[in-house]
Amino acid sequence: MPTIILFAPLIGALLAGFGWRIFGEKGALYISTGLLILAAFLSWIVFFQSYETPETITIMRWVESGSFAADWAIRMDRLTQIMLVVVTTVSALVHVYSLSYMNDDPQWKEGESYKPRFFAYLSFFTFAMLMLVTSDNLLQMFFGWEGVGVASYLLIGFYYRKPSANAAAMKAFIVNRIGDFGFALGIFGIFYMTDSISFEVIFTSGAALSVESFRFLGMELNAAEILTFLLFIGAMGKSAQLFLHTWLPDAMEGPTPVSALIHAATMVTAGVFLVARMSPVFEYAPGTMGFVVIIGASTAFVAATIALVQNDIKRVIAYSTMSQLGYMFVAAGVGAYQVAMFHLFTHAFFKALLFLGAGSVITAMHHEQDMRNYGGLRKKIPKTYWAMMIGTLAITGVGIPLTYIGFAGFFSKDAIIESAFAAGSAVGDYAFWMLVIAAAMTAFYSWRLMFMTFFGAPKGDKHTHDHAHESPALMLVPLAVLAFGAVFSGFLGYSYFFGDGMLAWFGEAVYINEETNTVIEDAHKVATWVRFSPFIAMLLGTATAWLLYVKKPQLPAALARRNPGLYRFLLNKWYFDELFDFLFVKPALKLGNFLWKSGDGKVIDGGLNGLAMGVIPWLTRLAGRWQSGYVFTYALAMILGVGGLITWFMFTRGIL
Amino acid sequence: MDNLLTLVTFFPMAGAAVLLVALRGDDDLAVLNAKRVALGVTIVTFLASLAILFQFDPANTDFQMVEEAKWIGGLNYKMGVDGISILFVMLTTLLMPIVIGASWNVDKRVKEYMVAFLVLETLMIGVFLSLDLLLFYVFFEAGLIPMFLIIGIWGGKDRVYASFKFFLYTLLGSVLMLIAMIAMWYDAGTTDIPTLLKHEFSSGTISILGWQIIGGAQTLMWLAFFASFAVKLPMWPLHTWLPDAHVQAPTAGSIVLAAILLKLGGYGFLRFSLPMFPVASFQMQEFVFWLSVIAIIYTSLVALVQTDMKKLIAYSSVAHMGFVTIGIFSFNKQGLDGAIFQMISHGFISGALFLGVGVIYDRMHTREIEAYGGLAIRMPVYALVFMLFTLGNVGLPGTSGFVGEFLTLTGAFQANTWAAAGATTGVILSAGYALWLYRRVAFGDLIKQSLQQIKDVSTRERLLFAPLIIATILFGVAPNLLLDIIGPSVDALISNFNEATAGLAEAATALGN
Repeated sequence: MPTIILFAPLIGALLAGFGWRIFGEKGALYISTGLLILAAFLSWIVFFQSYETPETITIMRWVESGSFAADWAIRMDRLTQIMLVVVTTVSALVHVYSLSYMNDDPQWKEGESYKPRFFAYLSFFTFAMLMLVTSDNLLQMFFGWEGVGVASYLLIGFYYRKPSANAAAMKAFIVNRIGDFGFALGIFGIFYMTDSISFEVIFTSGAALSVESFRFLGMELNAAEILTFLLFIGAMGKSAQLFLHTWLPDAMEGPTPVSALIHAATMVTAGVFLVARMSPVFEYAPGTMGFVVIIGASTAFVAATIALVQNDIKRVIAYSTMSQLGYMFVAAGVGAYQVAMFHLFTHAFFKALLFLGAGSVITAMHHEQDMRNYGGLRKKIPKTYWAMMIGTLAITGVGIPLTYIGFAGFFSKDAIIESAFAAGSAVGDYAFWMLVIAAAMTAFYSWRLMFMTFFGAPKGDKHTHDHAHESPALMLVPLAVLAFGAVFSGFLGYSYFFGDGMLAWFGEAVYINEETNTVIEDAHKVATWVRFSPFIAMLLGTATAWLLYVKKPQLPAALARRNPGLYRFLLNKWYFDELFDFLFVKPALKLGNFLWKSGDGKVIDGGLNGLAMGVIPWLTRLAGRWQSGYVFTYALAMILGVGGLITWFMFTRGIL
Repeated sequence: MDNLLTLVTFFPMAGAAVLLVALRGDDDLAVLNAKRVALGVTIVTFLASLAILFQFDPANTDFQMVEEAKWIGGLNYKMGVDGISILFVMLTTLLMPIVIGASWNVDKRVKEYMVAFLVLETLMIGVFLSLDLLLFYVFFEAGLIPMFLIIGIWGGKDRVYASFKFFLYTLLGSVLMLIAMIAMWYDAGTTDIPTLLKHEFSSGTISILGWQIIGGAQTLMWLAFFASFAVKLPMWPLHTWLPDAHVQAPTAGSIVLAAILLKLGGYGFLRFSLPMFPVASFQMQEFVFWLSVIAIIYTSLVALVQTDMKKLIAYSSVAHMGFVTIGIFSFNKQGLDGAIFQMISHGFISGALFLGVGVIYDRMHTREIEAYGGLAIRMPVYALVFMLFTLGNVGLPGTSGFVGEFLTLTGAFQANTWAAAGATTGVILSAGYALWLYRRVAFGDLIKQSLQQIKDVSTRERLLFAPLIIATILFGVAPNLLLDIIGPSVDALISNFNEATAGLAEAATALGN
């Protein structure tokens, strides 16, 4: 059954991509969507099966070079099961949603067939993502890792007529490759140290790696620390963590369903999955774990600050995603991998919901994405409004503290904040405060989005507002399903991901070093004020948003005017793009030009060719004496290259 | 068949002779017949080479299907195949029909053109199969001539400059190699390669004009061979002939050059440098690593700023060959497996990329990237094919480009983490130049007037791409099909190498290196 889940999307991609001329455009879309629904259905069946010890299904041999051996294989354990349902469910819903959303896309001209291509990419993405999460070795994981990268590249650049989309697509791929640079080195290093790239072997080597060291770039480093650090660089790229995050907001150039599937619910969480998957090694690398926490907490904070002032509805949600990923990394970094997976799970529902809801708003508003031109849409598109409302309640973590009543984010986000506090370390405390502040900001920007979009007076083009219309059922049904998840996934999952059932449910999928890591246990015992803190932060953020965008809507502009430096700093996303452009992109191009013109041109050709350049004119003059230069060159070659030398050789040989 | 190797090697040349002698006239029919004969000959050669593949036993690490005969002047004619050479032979025979097919639009001296390519095929196969030093040299050197003519006669407007540059660079390198070969023959008393492989060349430090030469005679010979192979491959800083040659060469010439001729250098390292001069190779490891890493970073950066498509791909080839040398000189299983795999895979991918440039060059008669844009709109099939090979070029897992690159880097990491980390930056840079090229050519809106009527790939062009597409994906998904063939021979090569350098390795460890 896992094999069918894995390959159904691939078959769908191939049939939609290459077979649409045979099945017709509609047929291609329905086939790929149908196969994805099948995969999702089977995933849920598999989800409720139990794998006490991980099982491996080998499909076929892949690479084998000495002990560097990897099969195409499926590793079934709890982590895989969780990812299977997340990926296939969201993907199936996004397929269904896209059936309607991608109709009559104004980016394309009459008669251009773009939909089969879109569905092929979506299905291919799903296949690559499944390869990533089902892998039983690092190499197949890398295959999936880069595969989703390509799918993301193709989908971000789907509107390939638009220069901005092309630029964003390239940026996404290249920044991810910087992360992959670290990931690849990590794989080389793990193979060097353990003589294997199979999880089964690596997972038993954690303790040994923690007491070994090797020379890396002239430094004698602890093996477990440096190897996990390198892997984490990969995770930072894929999950848009600080310094390698600049591609994610730009990725919003892709169609909105893509943002929901790839840049919110699934691909960007791959980094978190990687850390959880490699927990048997990360557990022995306290230094890297501290680094993970710091990066995660800082990302959560920075991204939230940027989200406060963005005006493009998709960018707000994109920065929100980046911020939430930071939360997950904090959980993983303090050793609460299950909690990280919990948030990954709930986040997939409410963030996909928010994105698809935003898509519905964008359709209603004729592809207007600037929230300053929204307002008062509550009455026009009530169903979308309620969907977005549920998403907002979920992401801000609405619930009643100390009880089990609340929306999805209430359970998982609070669990992360409690875990960070329970870590008891300096980085844990840093993370705790960062995340609590970020929680307030989350509430602020989420409600700001809601208030600007659905409340107040309609702004912007009146004609657009007059024609705003509710989306068709094909788009609303996925919203409803996701809304169900956004409401209940936290409540239903709590016991398994964080509560009493956790250890049994996860089985051997996640490794906890019981001697050093008691964080989840401690997280259940944190002081009451700690458990109230995210709730209070949420209330503060919500109240502020209400004050600024409902009660006194003239205040935000005034605030921006009074603090122009800060406002511009946030609006321009802390100037990361400009900084990287200045530090890396421009110098690389300059250096390239210099090496070409001066290195190749002046030094090498000038020097090494100096001789040849002297010789060639002489040769061509000589050549002119013959009737044809070609005959000459042929003769020259014969004489110089072979003929003369053989003769000489035979001659000496004859003497001997 | 006892003389299968000879048959496969010389069949193309025989075809060339028939063309020369039997085909008269230069009317349309004669031209068409020349193409047909050449295509037929290369296809038959490919089919015959399949017989080699089927007879070949990968588990046997000795030379197989060996043929030996006395030649003029007491010289030996000896041919044979092993796990290291067989895939290069197959690569050559598989690509040649594509090369001929890519030349269907040539309209200048078609007969001579076909003859040149057929002769070239014989010489290239000969290089890989010859088991005699002198025979190897003859094939290796003679291959220069047809390629020189192909660039010089059927090339672009600066063809004379490019062809001479190509010729002189390669020739100067091989003169040194010839001297070393003579020295080897003096030392070992034979030109028989299998015997030379077992011969131990002296590696005691010698002193020449006050210079202490560590590794002695081995080092000197190694350097002489290196001069030749490093030009061929090419390695930085001896690479500048390649972009010029590619830009001027006709499409088919570029395909042969990138896909096969460059590999002669890598094959030379594997056949001569490593097994015959192990001590010198060992000493030179770091030197080669440095050159390779510089090559990868340097040429990738240069590729970023190119405005001519062929030049960009040519520079990218140099970078990819950097992975090959780094793999070979890591002296371990993954490095060597990866290097051979990378060469084969680069044959498909770079061949296809040059073919891709040829396709649009045929239509627009320019290689300037600026002249294109938005091709995906009118040429969707072309865009898809070009995307596949672009991704192969950046080493995407699932394509054959990934396997070679990743294995060589894995091997390099075990030998030297600096080299591995430096070379791995190529993974980022290749994504930069390759995707940027693709974006400028295929994406964007189709606004240029000149491109409004451009046609998508024809049936002929599809047929040419098809085998390359299949190979790139098949060997990306199931690389073991190839790794199983080269594996045992590589193992044998490594164990001999380790035996010869055992003392050195211990000394190096003792010194704390």
